[in-house]
Amino acid sequence: MKSLGSIRRDFAPWNDPSAKPYIQFDNVTKKFGDFTAVNNLSLTIFEREFFALLGASGCGKSTLLRMLAGFEEPSAGRILLDGQDLRGIPPYRRPVNMMFQSYALFPHMTVENNIAFGLKQEGMPKADIEKRVAEMLKLVKLEQFAKRKPHQLSGGQRQRVALARSVAKRPKVLLLDEPLGALDKKLREETQFELMDLQQELGLTFVVVTHDQEEAMTMADRIAIMDKGEVMQVATPAEVYEAPTSRFVAHFVGNVNMFEGKVAERTDKTTRITGTTGAQIVVENGAAAATGADIIFAIRPEKIRVSSKKPADALNALEGEVYDIAYLGDMTVYHVRLDDGQLVRASALNAARVSEDPLTWNDRAWVSFRPDAGVVLTR
Amino acid sequence: MNATWSRFNVTSIVLGFAFLYLPIVLLIVFSFNESKLVTVWGGFSTKWYVSLFHNQGLMDATWVTARVGVISATVATVLGTLAALTLTRYTRFRGRVLFSGMVFAPLVMPEVITGLSLLLLFVAVGLDRGFLTVTLAHITLTMCFVAVVVQSRLVSFDRSLEEAAMDLGATPAKTFFQITLPVIMPAIVSGWMLAFTLSLDDLVIASFTSGPGATTLPMKIYSQVRLGVTPEINAACTILIAVVAVGVIIASIANKRREVQRQLDERAAQRG
Amino acid sequence: MSNIAVTNAATPSAAGQPFGARLAAGFVNRLVIIVPYLWLLFFFLIPFVIVFKISLSQTAIAMPPYTPVLDFSDGVSGFFAGFRDLNFDNYVWLTQDALYFKAYVTSLIIAAISTVLTLLVGYPIAYGMARAPATIRPTLLMLVILPFWTSFLIRVYAWIGILKPEGLLNQLLLSLHIINQPLVILNTYTAIFIGIVYSYLPFMVLPLYSSLEKMDYSLIEAAKDLGCPPTSAFWKITFPLSLPGVIAGCLLVFIPAVGEFVIPDLLGGSQTLMIGKTLWNEFFANRDWPVSSAVAVILLLLLTVPIMLFQRAQARAQEQDK
Repeated sequence: MKSLGSIRRDFAPWNDPSAKPYIQFDNVTKKFGDFTAVNNLSLTIFEREFFALLGASGCGKSTLLRMLAGFEEPSAGRILLDGQDLRGIPPYRRPVNMMFQSYALFPHMTVENNIAFGLKQEGMPKADIEKRVAEMLKLVKLEQFAKRKPHQLSGGQRQRVALARSVAKRPKVLLLDEPLGALDKKLREETQFELMDLQQELGLTFVVVTHDQEEAMTMADRIAIMDKGEVMQVATPAEVYEAPTSRFVAHFVGNVNMFEGKVAERTDKTTRITGTTGAQIVVENGAAAATGADIIFAIRPEKIRVSSKKPADALNALEGEVYDIAYLGDMTVYHVRLDDGQLVRASALNAARVSEDPLTWNDRAWVSFRPDAGVVLTR
Repeated sequence: MNATWSRFNVTSIVLGFAFLYLPIVLLIVFSFNESKLVTVWGGFSTKWYVSLFHNQGLMDATWVTARVGVISATVATVLGTLAALTLTRYTRFRGRVLFSGMVFAPLVMPEVITGLSLLLLFVAVGLDRGFLTVTLAHITLTMCFVAVVVQSRLVSFDRSLEEAAMDLGATPAKTFFQITLPVIMPAIVSGWMLAFTLSLDDLVIASFTSGPGATTLPMKIYSQVRLGVTPEINAACTILIAVVAVGVIIASIANKRREVQRQLDERAAQRG
Repeated sequence: MSNIAVTNAATPSAAGQPFGARLAAGFVNRLVIIVPYLWLLFFFLIPFVIVFKISLSQTAIAMPPYTPVLDFSDGVSGFFAGFRDLNFDNYVWLTQDALYFKAYVTSLIIAAISTVLTLLVGYPIAYGMARAPATIRPTLLMLVILPFWTSFLIRVYAWIGILKPEGLLNQLLLSLHIINQPLVILNTYTAIFIGIVYSYLPFMVLPLYSSLEKMDYSLIEAAKDLGCPPTSAFWKITFPLSLPGVIAGCLLVFIPAVGEFVIPDLLGGSQTLMIGKTLWNEFFANRDWPVSSAVAVILLLLLTVPIMLFQRAQARAQEQDK
């Protein structure tokens, strides 16, 4: 557990009690008529952080972003930016800029006029505007496209213009609404890294909204996973994946096996769980659950080993039959139906070209895992 | 594609367009007829066009029509654009149902009713019938057409453009004039053209609301048509058709060119 | 307790924004609504009230040629006293004279028949256009719209030369020996039908085309794939899906056609009877403003239902576009 959260770089103000929050959502609620888009939500984002709001469509993540930009006012609660309450400040007076999902490039203006638009509104001297626009064009490598109109650009180029336009004013915070949603897969992966470099280079705070978990995991320092207007968990990508705090988060990010059961016995280090179907599981990190409590044991497929014989040293080993096999090239996914009826998904990396322990459909098989391989969830 | 674009389809289009255009073509052809009999060809001549320009009454009516058209189309464009903004942007205000009713009803309202009711209004408020009353009547009718044209553009307008402008520091007023207005401008221009043509064409409402000294061209043509078909009217009609057709064709060719250029650009952008 | 405090503090208000700016923004917003609203109230709605009012007055040889009713010039009491002076003579007159009744009924029948004819002519054209190669569709669309831009009056006038006894149609038919007596078409109801179908065709084709063009052709292919023959695929798939266009087109033709004046006047001659012409004659020839107002009120009442249907169709189309 100790190394989780500091994998990417040495930047973790959220672990520092003295760090000053930069953006603060305080019990924010937003209602549209009868529909509650954001429900009594509190959240803290730090300066220079790359923060991702991750969730399915309709979970309230875009509403949160739009409240920060000033397009919506909270129905209740308050939003602070660098200590200043944002309530009542219209979007055109907020020191934040947004990159829109549709890019929202002004179709009747050239690339350079699009980038200069915000600077002109500020009343910046003409010479300075020209300098800044040139700088921005260089940053996104679009120098030779300055005189073009948006429709004369490819999707990737439009995305870069939108990015250049939104950072041209050096906002305190850059908001990105599904910034890579319109790009194809390959371009999306390249651009993810470019965005990360840009954020480092400019030293800005980024808040990105996405429904793509891979995108959030790649880019963000921390991720807030949202569901039905509430934040389910805020943590680093590694924590979200390895230590989800709820069923929802475990399910939402990656694949997971869930065993329902009760806490049967607790010792200093280990917790023994009796599955609802009778399986006995011993785990090391079930600290929060009291004896007799209904819990869920969640374990990722790649932490489960499948073998034709029972491994001698395994604390947890359950027997069943191979139900389905999917060969994906880099790995193989096994679906094993345990004798108590539960279906378990396990994946094995194809490290060797020929498997030493070949399994096929309907073979008897054992699934085994270490006591610290999964997490115990109480909600 | 060929399977769906069948012989039946081609035939129905050819016949349909023949039906639409043949009468107009014949009218134009017979405006160049030497003979005074409109339906008997007596050789090519442009004498009716010459006599047209010596017809002072017709010339006066043309001038009145042009002025009424330009003024009413311009005012109607402003009012119609505001109405379109109201319809698309303000979804909740008291009396919205009544408002949208008042915008859509004139589109289908029989002209005799609109004309009569406007006339009675002008009489009731003591306004003398003439140039002003025709103009006011035409504004009322054509602003609704402008509203429909502009509204259909606003419905597909990407609101995030306006949000982006405000996000970059433009006040609502600046956003409207620098972003919204330029983007919907083509629709506003075609709204103006539509309003102008409708005003140019209108007979019924003008007949009710016009007074001495403000006879419009359709009124003049109508009074002559009642006396019988003459090549001179054919010539007048031909000129009117030519003016409108040239305007519309130029506008749509320009539009088409822009569209083609745009597609070429887009394809080039995808490649490069 | 703290929860309540937060909720109270957060009542939506635009505090923080300068008061003047807020006031200006509110004022501008209101202006956008108010200006066209007042214009239409004054020049569209109030005139109808006046029409109604005058339809209840009596003809007078004066200028304006009617007796004043419900006038505020005598104060509020005078206004209410005025109710006694109201007379429904004009309406009684309309019911007593069979001419008016006949004119209304004829107008509705002519409009209905013309609408069906226009649909029959317009549907194949719209269908053909929607199935045309995508490259020529915009040109076809422009060709349908172009006549709409040329004067209505001129287009009706063009038919006089074609339809009259010594006109082009009869010349053609006589020279081909199809007939040996000129057909009498001008100044009959047939001429009115031709005129309405011709003049209103673009109004029918455009909504039909837009609903047919939106339709996914693979639906027809799916129907055929599932064993449906082409004719039956048309009636079971294409036609139902084009119904919004059919309804919009029919209303756009029917409503104005009922009150049509130019076409019956120029093509129908003096023998044919339509209400638009009757109203015109009452007004311009007989100078009977109260009766023509009564004619207009009844006509408006007859058209209320179709106009409301049209508005509902418009509103629905707008919803779908969003």
